[in-house]
Amino acid sequence: MTQLQEVSVDDIKHLVSERAIQGETVLLNMGPQHPSTHGVLRLLLELDGETVVSCIPDIGFLHTGIEKNMESKTYAKAAVMTDRLDYLNTLGNNLAYSMAVEKLIELDVPDRAQSIRVILAELQRIASHLIWLGTTGLDVAAMSTFLYCFRERESILDIFELCSGQRMMTTYIRPGGIWRDVPVEFEAAVRAFIKMFPKRVDEYEALLSRNPLFLDRTFGIGAVSSEQALNFGMTGPPLRASGVKWDLRKARPYSGYEQYDFEVPTRTEGDVYARYIVRIEELRQSVKIIEQALNKMPLGPVRSSNHKFVPPPRSEIGVNMEALIHHFKLWTEGFSAPKCAVYNAVESPRGELGVYIVSDGGPKPYRIHWRTPSFDNLLALPFMAKGVLVADLVAIIGSVDIVLGDVDR
Amino acid sequence: MKPELEPTIQALTKTFNSQVNEFRGDVRVTILAESIVAAAQMLRDEFDFSLLSTMTAVDFWPEENPRFEVIYLFTSVSKILNLSVLVQVPGINPSLPTITGIFKNAVWREREVWDMFGIKFEGHPDLRRILMPADWEGHPLRKDYPLGYEEPQFTFNFEEIDLRKPYAKE
Repeated sequence: MTQLQEVSVDDIKHLVSERAIQGETVLLNMGPQHPSTHGVLRLLLELDGETVVSCIPDIGFLHTGIEKNMESKTYAKAAVMTDRLDYLNTLGNNLAYSMAVEKLIELDVPDRAQSIRVILAELQRIASHLIWLGTTGLDVAAMSTFLYCFRERESILDIFELCSGQRMMTTYIRPGGIWRDVPVEFEAAVRAFIKMFPKRVDEYEALLSRNPLFLDRTFGIGAVSSEQALNFGMTGPPLRASGVKWDLRKARPYSGYEQYDFEVPTRTEGDVYARYIVRIEELRQSVKIIEQALNKMPLGPVRSSNHKFVPPPRSEIGVNMEALIHHFKLWTEGFSAPKCAVYNAVESPRGELGVYIVSDGGPKPYRIHWRTPSFDNLLALPFMAKGVLVADLVAIIGSVDIVLGDVDR
Repeated sequence: MKPELEPTIQALTKTFNSQVNEFRGDVRVTILAESIVAAAQMLRDEFDFSLLSTMTAVDFWPEENPRFEVIYLFTSVSKILNLSVLVQVPGINPSLPTITGIFKNAVWREREVWDMFGIKFEGHPDLRRILMPADWEGHPLRKDYPLGYEEPQFTFNFEEIDLRKPYAKE
């Protein structure tokens, strides 16, 4: 049994002010079990009355060692773990991982699969933003938004269930394409959703955008300038709310995003309200992308036919000896990747989600690093929280939209 | 290589005597450990690489010199460019100068590299463990650190496993 080491208060002495040591300010523990920290985030707050003097985030409660675990799995098997990172953006994680592997082994993806990937990634973005909108509403005491948002999210999860049989942990997007073609009901289900959804966004806006109580809690709170936001490594909606037009879907288009016409909403204020406006606008833009992708969706295969990397379909295995050998090789040994390293990033609902894969030439990744957006976005919290009230801190945490599975990996 | 990236690469090669290689469009520049601070400063101020996208390390155990490779990934938002800068670190007493003075998010990224690989960052304001508990022993992402597992408890062996679990019992 290992010897337990005493963790002393001296370890964090340099992070609190002199007044805390003299006992003039109060140190208060917020979390890890606290409804407004959106998961298991622990904050050590130094408070002067109700004002935050300093805020020390403590993360790692949801650390699952996924990076280490992936080193012992083949490329195909490691894909299953990607869902568990950012559990509100499961298809986006699949996409980031699949694209990195495809870049490493130079695998082409059929056009139909690219369209389906875009539709699913955008549906996932809407679902993720709906959770953010609902919980942010809850944080500032607007209970009804939460219920409406979860109603719409439910219909997105139904679409995921229709395609993959799973509501959340789908692993539907895989290296070389997608698991299998979408069912015939898919198009009608998505069309029904995008027809209904813009009206729902108007309803959310009617509930919050001009609500004086909501404005009081969000306007001018937690403002970050564009230089500061970049210096903190923030990406995604918090960066765009600070006035930097940086969206990887526009900057470095992938999966055919260059064919679709959409705007990158930005604001300049950089406060909680600006982040709210940016995300609401992104909901509308996502609907636009889905509609165009559905209209342009070509027919054809959804998986690469390069069976050195992608398993052949079941129907071929019974009749084709070569297909049987490929199937056996891919599910026992896996495929080998060339010896080098690649980095690939996609725009997740929270920002730049990047995968850095180092290969040693074998069938398992030598090292996988996940550049998760919540990690860097959360890092700016102590800066944003300086001098605000505890109630405002709750609104700021909500506006950054962290997912602790994404922070802790 | 994108033509916009060439002036940056030339300047880095001239000032820091770096080696450049490219794979699938990703440009990687290897420089010496002592010049990382100056290189980061130059990239941010002169070439507008204003975002430190990520920073991580790779362990090449049982190699000893160099054992680790630390990767800094810089992004230029205005010119839409990516550039990886590699630094090699020996296995005995691994340490690097910190770049927290230039990029704020390096504070947590360097803490993560310290936590996972045990590479010390000289001059870091707050070098504590970040993801693992404060009293954890070892650095999990090193290759000489075993993956480990936990034996699942079923009804028939619940008590047997419970007896050797290392948590406090009353």
